[in-house]
Amino acid sequence: MSNDMIKQENVRNFSIIAHIDHGKSTLADRILEKTKALTDREMKEQFLDAMDLERERGITIKLNAVQLRYESQHTGEDYLFHLIDTPGHVDFTYEVSRSLAACDGVILVVDAAQGIEAQTLANLYLALDNDLEIIPVINKVDLPAADPEGVSKEIEDLLGVTSDEVLWASAKAGKGINEILEAIVHRVPAPEGNPDDPLKALIFDSLYDPYRGVIASISVKEGTVKVGQRIRMMQTGKEFEVNELGVFNPKPTAKDQLTVGDVGFLTASIKNVSDSRVGDTITSANKPAAEPLPGYKKLNPMVFCGLFPVDASNYNDLREALERLELNDSSLQYEAETSQALGFGFRCGFLGLLHMEIIQERIEREFGIQMITTAPSVIYEVESVDGEEFTVDNPSLMPDPQSIKEVREPFVNATIMVPNEYVGSVMEICQKKRGTFQDMEYLDDNRVNITYEIPLSEIVYDFFDQLKSQTKGYASFDYELEGYKASNLVKMDIWLNGDTIDALSFIVHRDFAFERGKAITHKLKDLIPRQQFEVPVQAAIGNKIVARSTIKAMRKNVLAKCYGGDITRKRKLLEKQKEGKKRMKMVGSVEVPQEAFMAVLEMDTDND
Amino acid sequence: MISSVYIHIPFCQQICHYCDFTKFFYNKELADQYLDALDREIEEEVGKNQMYMRTIFVGGGTPTALNYTQLEQLLKTISESFDVENCEEYTFEANPGEFDEKKLALLKYYGVNRISFGVQVFDDQMLEKLGRNHRVKDVYDNLRHFEKLDFENVSVDLIYGLPGQTVEHFQRTVDEAIRLDLPHYSSYSLQIEPKTVFYQRHKKGKLHKPMEDDEAQMYELLVRDMEYNGVHQYEISNFAKPGFESKHNLTYWNNDYYYGFGSGAHGYLPGKRTVNIRPLPQYIKKAMEDGKPILHEEPIHQKERIEEQMFLGLRKAEGVSKSVFQDRFGRSLSSLYQEELDYLKQKEWIEESGDFIRITPQGRLFGNNVFQEFLLEDEKLQD
Repeated sequence: MSNDMIKQENVRNFSIIAHIDHGKSTLADRILEKTKALTDREMKEQFLDAMDLERERGITIKLNAVQLRYESQHTGEDYLFHLIDTPGHVDFTYEVSRSLAACDGVILVVDAAQGIEAQTLANLYLALDNDLEIIPVINKVDLPAADPEGVSKEIEDLLGVTSDEVLWASAKAGKGINEILEAIVHRVPAPEGNPDDPLKALIFDSLYDPYRGVIASISVKEGTVKVGQRIRMMQTGKEFEVNELGVFNPKPTAKDQLTVGDVGFLTASIKNVSDSRVGDTITSANKPAAEPLPGYKKLNPMVFCGLFPVDASNYNDLREALERLELNDSSLQYEAETSQALGFGFRCGFLGLLHMEIIQERIEREFGIQMITTAPSVIYEVESVDGEEFTVDNPSLMPDPQSIKEVREPFVNATIMVPNEYVGSVMEICQKKRGTFQDMEYLDDNRVNITYEIPLSEIVYDFFDQLKSQTKGYASFDYELEGYKASNLVKMDIWLNGDTIDALSFIVHRDFAFERGKAITHKLKDLIPRQQFEVPVQAAIGNKIVARSTIKAMRKNVLAKCYGGDITRKRKLLEKQKEGKKRMKMVGSVEVPQEAFMAVLEMDTDND
Repeated sequence: MISSVYIHIPFCQQICHYCDFTKFFYNKELADQYLDALDREIEEEVGKNQMYMRTIFVGGGTPTALNYTQLEQLLKTISESFDVENCEEYTFEANPGEFDEKKLALLKYYGVNRISFGVQVFDDQMLEKLGRNHRVKDVYDNLRHFEKLDFENVSVDLIYGLPGQTVEHFQRTVDEAIRLDLPHYSSYSLQIEPKTVFYQRHKKGKLHKPMEDDEAQMYELLVRDMEYNGVHQYEISNFAKPGFESKHNLTYWNNDYYYGFGSGAHGYLPGKRTVNIRPLPQYIKKAMEDGKPILHEEPIHQKERIEEQMFLGLRKAEGVSKSVFQDRFGRSLSSLYQEELDYLKQKEWIEESGDFIRITPQGRLFGNNVFQEFLLEDEKLQD
């Protein structure tokens, strides 16, 4: 077996971190090529991004670890590399931190034209938290707009390194790759740990396979794991027997055992990813370790929304789809929800907005279920006048204003990095979003790091879109949960034709209530097609109407023309209309299209 | 069994901005070739034995865009294949200002007994905006020709819902049209169709139709004023004095068969609806080759026939006859549509009267909503 021939001191476990589009995947591909992990024919562009959706969005969602062999040109010795891929989005911060915990070093890729971005920093801090060796690489140095010297200066200031520690590369052109590989050999430390100690293996990814159960990606930190061994998950206490062990090189290759420094996979007839949680420590059931590896967190969803099938008969299909997705995604939560307006559906919890979008898209794409999605919401903490405390993740369930003593909402610490000239616009957006200024720091002559404390619910609305458009896409943005604080919040209900539409209720700060009420009634008037009768659209707080508009009754819908006997065309038109009607949801007596349920999200943009 | 025929003449002196029918700028050589091809197509299908036809309709384009010789060739083709003498209704479309007494006399000589006259709107400025060639004065000149040559059965076409048109403006057009005291009127709301000048302008946001409420008002005043003057609405868009209802148009609404000849023409034959090749060179080539310039045939099964019986029949004021339905399809109308009938009756969009199910004036405004109820689910016919 290959790793038997290579000493533990010649093992290097590392990861690549970068901002989106700074070239992480291309660099990974070049490393795979150079280490001859793949034949040219196997070498597809961006090998590590396996899922279609990931590839389309250019985002890595699922982690992968690849075992590579490298013969150093300096030492002449063979090295065993484990390249651990990390997801690149703020919603998956925890998963990034766990995959980094599986490593001993990271390659920090920074775009030579863009410089350091908020996300680069966020990931860098995670790497520093894990006490990893950092190899900074400036990528795309051959771009016309590249400023490698300037970016190098940024990095030197930030990390306290010298300019000769910063490598220059063009992953696309294959330049500078050898230097990176040698730096991995010389600068990334070998894994410590004793193969004879009690087993400690970190789970940094968990994937469900219908034939083999959960496939856990593991990094062995202490001891040795063998096929047939009885293992225990230290957080959940669940025990299993190891069926399979192996590594990806990059094809899955079976092994009898994995030992300190090895990064590979494990299966053990685990039926559900929640029994094999990312961050948990696997130990031996017979000779357990005293302590688990540090850093485990149970992930809690931050953003919630309702998912309802357009066609009520698809309810069970939707449940099945969620069950299937949950097998692979322990951070996805759902429970049955009944809406008066939308019927039977599910209240679902997600790590963030991207996570939510991905799940929605997968349900529609992979399971072919048409859904109505309600606007996302956060979890509110409510204290009632009689002292009772509870949480609300569904705006329609927020109690009446009279019975509430206090409502608390989650706040995040938002870090926005932006060129000097956009500081004003960024601050304006943050103020409008109820942000409180925290700090402003000049990274160099031009780049500014601004931090604000902002309610998460405002981020969930169109914050990022506004930020992008107001800064011509130059701002980069990251956030972390800060905690709960009391806010002057009220529930706004929307009445269509006199009926409250629970799925359209939302929570709003009292100071913005009037303005938002006006905006949403106006917006709904345009989004909901004329019905056969006049439909009043009202926004109300409790029983008090704060805004109103009217959808006029449809007056006429008939095709007058005869088309010289072209009846086929007439038929097609009727069929199309009938089909269009199916895609709308009957809410009480009113037909409402999907866009209407998302209207609350876009209100602010229209107000400008 | 097939006793109606539509013949398409795709030539125009000028192309209207809203028209999406098959049409080409008039060109003498092309028109000559076309008439030969058309003759070939008709002969291939029906021979030259003066077959009986209850109705013949020659439309376009503009049939009157042909020159005198060509027009005569067309009329000859038609009278060789069809028994024009015993034809109950033989209509030619004609555009104001595009024909003279001489052409009209030719039509009369060859048995044409009805003119469908493309007046559109009584306003020169608006005619210009539509890309029409004629002016209001031409209408009155031609009307004198009709009278002189004793064309009694004349129908006027009007368009409403034009860009910039107000309710009052359309009222004036209706008033003026009614003053002509003709036996038949058709009035269509402007549809903005792809591949037209209007569509391009509309897409760029440079063209606006009147508001839905105004358009509904236009339709309502049209129906009201026609009725008041003894011109009855016998179909969504068609109005006639008693006895002058267009027999040819009723062929469509009665779901009866008809031939369709010429480029882009639609036909309805037992079991299929057909559409001919649209581009002229291809049409001509194929017609000259084998006399069958058909682009596409759409099979019409029992399901489609039943649906069409309903959504076409309900366009007529008299509605759909339950006994005719029973005779045609061997089952009762209510066995298929009871639920839909109940729903539509409850909305007061249809009513039942004796043997007929008919659309109400209110339902007529929402015709598409009514018609689409009669599209069948695939399983429905099995029980």
